[in-house]
Amino acid sequence: MARRNGLSIITVVAIGIGSALFVILGRFGSIPSGIPNTSIETTYALLALFSLLYGPVAGLLIGLIGHTLKDAIFYGSPWFSWVISSGLVGLIIGLASSRISIADGHFGRKEIITFNVAQVAANAIAWFAVAPLLDILIYAEPADKVFTQGLVAGAANMVTVGVIGTLLAAAFGKTRTKQGSLRKLN
Amino acid sequence: MSNTIIEFEHFSFTYRSQQEPTLRDVTLSIAAGEKVLIAGPSGSGKSTLAHCLNGLIPFVHKGTADGRLSIKGRDPRELSIAAVSGMVGTVLQDPDGQFVGLTVGEDIAFGLENRGVPLAEMNRRVTAAAAAVGIEELLGASPQELSGGQKQKTMLAGILALNTDILLFDEPLASLDPASGAQVIEWIDRIAQETGKTVILVEHRLEEVLHRPVDRIIVMEEGRIVADCPPAKLLASEVLTGARLREPLYLSALKYAGCTITEEMQPQHPDKLQLGEYQFARLREWQADRAGGLVYPVYQPLLELKEVTFSYGKRPMLQEVSLTAGKGEMLCIAGRNGAGKSTLSRLICGLYKPDSGRILLSGRDIGRDSVRERAQHIGYVMQNPNHMLSKHLLYDEIALGLRLRGFGEEEVREKVLKTLHICGLLPFREWPVSALSYGQKKRVTIASILVLEPEILILDEPTAGQDYGSYHEMMEFLLELQQRGITVIIITHDMHLMLEYAQRTVVLAGGRKLADGRPENVLADKGVMDSANLRETSLYSLARRAGFTEPAEFVRTFIHDDRRRRQ
Amino acid sequence: MRARMLTFTGQNSPVHRLTGAAKLIVFILWSVSAMITYDTRCLLAMLLLSLVVFRMSRVKFSDYAFVLYVILLFFMLNQIAIFVFSPLEGTRIYGSRHDLVHLVGRYTVTAEQLFYQLNVALKYAVVIPLAILFLLTTDPGEFAASLNRIGVNYKIAYAVSLALRYIPDIQRDYEQISFSAQARGIDLSRREKLPKRVKNMISILTPLILSSIERIERISAAMELRGFGAGRRRTWFRSRPFAFADWLAVGCVCAIAAASAVITFYDGSRFYSIF
Repeated sequence: MARRNGLSIITVVAIGIGSALFVILGRFGSIPSGIPNTSIETTYALLALFSLLYGPVAGLLIGLIGHTLKDAIFYGSPWFSWVISSGLVGLIIGLASSRISIADGHFGRKEIITFNVAQVAANAIAWFAVAPLLDILIYAEPADKVFTQGLVAGAANMVTVGVIGTLLAAAFGKTRTKQGSLRKLN
Repeated sequence: MSNTIIEFEHFSFTYRSQQEPTLRDVTLSIAAGEKVLIAGPSGSGKSTLAHCLNGLIPFVHKGTADGRLSIKGRDPRELSIAAVSGMVGTVLQDPDGQFVGLTVGEDIAFGLENRGVPLAEMNRRVTAAAAAVGIEELLGASPQELSGGQKQKTMLAGILALNTDILLFDEPLASLDPASGAQVIEWIDRIAQETGKTVILVEHRLEEVLHRPVDRIIVMEEGRIVADCPPAKLLASEVLTGARLREPLYLSALKYAGCTITEEMQPQHPDKLQLGEYQFARLREWQADRAGGLVYPVYQPLLELKEVTFSYGKRPMLQEVSLTAGKGEMLCIAGRNGAGKSTLSRLICGLYKPDSGRILLSGRDIGRDSVRERAQHIGYVMQNPNHMLSKHLLYDEIALGLRLRGFGEEEVREKVLKTLHICGLLPFREWPVSALSYGQKKRVTIASILVLEPEILILDEPTAGQDYGSYHEMMEFLLELQQRGITVIIITHDMHLMLEYAQRTVVLAGGRKLADGRPENVLADKGVMDSANLRETSLYSLARRAGFTEPAEFVRTFIHDDRRRRQ
Repeated sequence: MRARMLTFTGQNSPVHRLTGAAKLIVFILWSVSAMITYDTRCLLAMLLLSLVVFRMSRVKFSDYAFVLYVILLFFMLNQIAIFVFSPLEGTRIYGSRHDLVHLVGRYTVTAEQLFYQLNVALKYAVVIPLAILFLLTTDPGEFAASLNRIGVNYKIAYAVSLALRYIPDIQRDYEQISFSAQARGIDLSRREKLPKRVKNMISILTPLILSSIERIERISAAMELRGFGAGRRRTWFRSRPFAFADWLAVGCVCAIAAASAVITFYDGSRFYSIF
């Protein structure tokens, strides 16, 4: 979508609105999963969908800006290792799913598989490796603790994006389908 | 024609996604300094014409164009959208989508920032533009604190700051209450006179725009220009009847009374209108023939609010509001932003609990019932249908509420089909929701509530942003529901809707009930109208001029006759 | 449902008067320094300094009290989690072991562990006052201009401004959509089982996200019409030139960052040991 100098306007706006949605869903859209300290963060389904729709740059920036603002506004201080990981999730999903052209409304079995391979890879890299490593590097936290936290969060996000993200993408795809053959029934 | 600023010559346009052209063979020229109204129903091509002027076509919306178009002697298609926006400043209908700044000041400055205007000059131009539309006090206010009218004024200041030669308004009244709409029209007129800029208004609300004079009206239909003449000439012709536009009410009244409208009568404004003893006599005669004999049904109380008080945190929202909605009655609730209208509907639906006071349904206190329990009896339909629709197929959307309540598929099917039939959606039952028009989507949201068989339906602005045709369809549909015994409560500032359809209007102001009665009586009270941001309709002033002591009576006659003629 | 958030308070104090760009630079350098160092002396000095600045800002306790509780809770949980997962982390880092109390199994409280966890606590404590202060004293309107000033691409800076602009609108949409969903019988409370709650959440997310995508299209058309993105640069209504106080603040934070880096790495280790 890049054009003229750098980002297109629609990407800029998508980053802004995507970040605002990330903040609101990050605050209100989490469902406790029943396992202590783990919840279904629906905001990552949103991040995955927007990365798919608006590309890797938008995904990266929505993750970075959205997560920073959410932490800052509601919790007083951004937790940088996880902020960076959120950005990374958006970036990787955006890159890996760039071949899916959902704007035409096609989101079938093949696209669902590509999208999910992308999101599982993104979440694995971000939460199983990058977030814990940054935690150790920045905050010098114990390795056992941060890898366990990363494992739980990553697994939860994979499930969240796999279920909710896929359903949202399919719902969006359906709104873009060409409605050539609709007939009124009697 | 040396001072022609805009010229279309045999211009046609077809959107990429469509097969039929949206504009067909349009030939039109507008002179510098002219003030022109482009009118037409939804889908007539008037917005497409506006998009050709401001560059959204072809730079954002793609398609194929034929014929010639020039703005200030240049073809916008050969420029960039930024270059076009230097000649044509646009105000759009949706104030939330175009208000991108965090405050009024920043938003006015937005266009200047994009052009790299230095800070000192920017400050000067922003202050001047804000003063020009009377919002200099609000420069630091955030969009969430503003009313629709103040947002539209901010947009107006934003294009004034850019000093473009052409000002284009694309349905500027769509989301405004009557008083704010009139104010915006007054400001536009003042600016047009003071600056001599070319002003183009795209609207279907003829009477509201004509609150201040325009030089010319262009009527569009199905992509073609069907009339292009001064307002007086247009109003004296028969064009409007065919064009699915509402003619000014005072003219309809005169026509019903058997008067002929001529250009010489100056029909373009109710205050300018030349009327003589002949017309007054006809009006009186018409009124006398129809006076009396109107009996209003008495409704059994269904929903009763008794001295309900509610505060949000420390902010009082409603104070001792009592009101009754009868079974099978249509009731309108009016009031300006923040008067407590939406708080009231949330209290009725149970999302908020009153601090004191009681809410009764068929005499039973429902204060302890949950949102879900109340939903069995009271349905709520939001203003924006896109906020309610979550399913792909129409059928599933309407079945959603039933399935959540654990009905068997057999029963679901039966109820859904019945509701689809009532709502006139049966032919579309296998369609995806996204393929429907805005008005149809709105109907789907009503159907999705109706299927739960509520006794009361609360609708938030059901006709907002719709043209006369879809307004009429929607209201006739609600009337049908009412005749089936459903109580319909409508939150609206559409005065004609109240007069034409409602049995009662309740006006809220500052969290208190200010008026409650027959719409034509409530709308005759100047003080009440001011506090609810409503305006007197032209029917009242016509009645006064004709010497009626009871203008409300005259309005009642008009509504009655109007209905009879359209059936 | 309405959550309290940290928002700009329009008082007049030396901290409020600094330009947004200066505050942003201070906040970034400060946070990076606090992240790098594990030197107790540096951390204590920075904590003291941040509390002095906090006092100068005259922000009211009630404006941030609610986040303080959240932060304290998180703080406690994190401290407990560190101990549970790695009771001998301090011993590993400092290379010595002084047992204080033996609890059960592998859990023994050591002086090294207490000192390590004190340092972890300090690291948060140093960043939080300035983070809160940054949010409470920076006008959001100035924020985008500040980002652009420190070198962020203006389009990205404007995206941040758009996010701040539309957070309240999207929150209102979210509330309205969930309200109408509840009125249709969609239960969002804890009473429902997990799969049902997820399903119900989807019926709120779908309209919220689909209408937001439409909103994106409308906003970008409006921004196109107003000439956004046409130039290589843009000016900012809310930008302010640097005053003496701004240079002073930036100078101070640079000095602090440099000093802390030198002190921390002087002996070749991030960790300052008392053992």
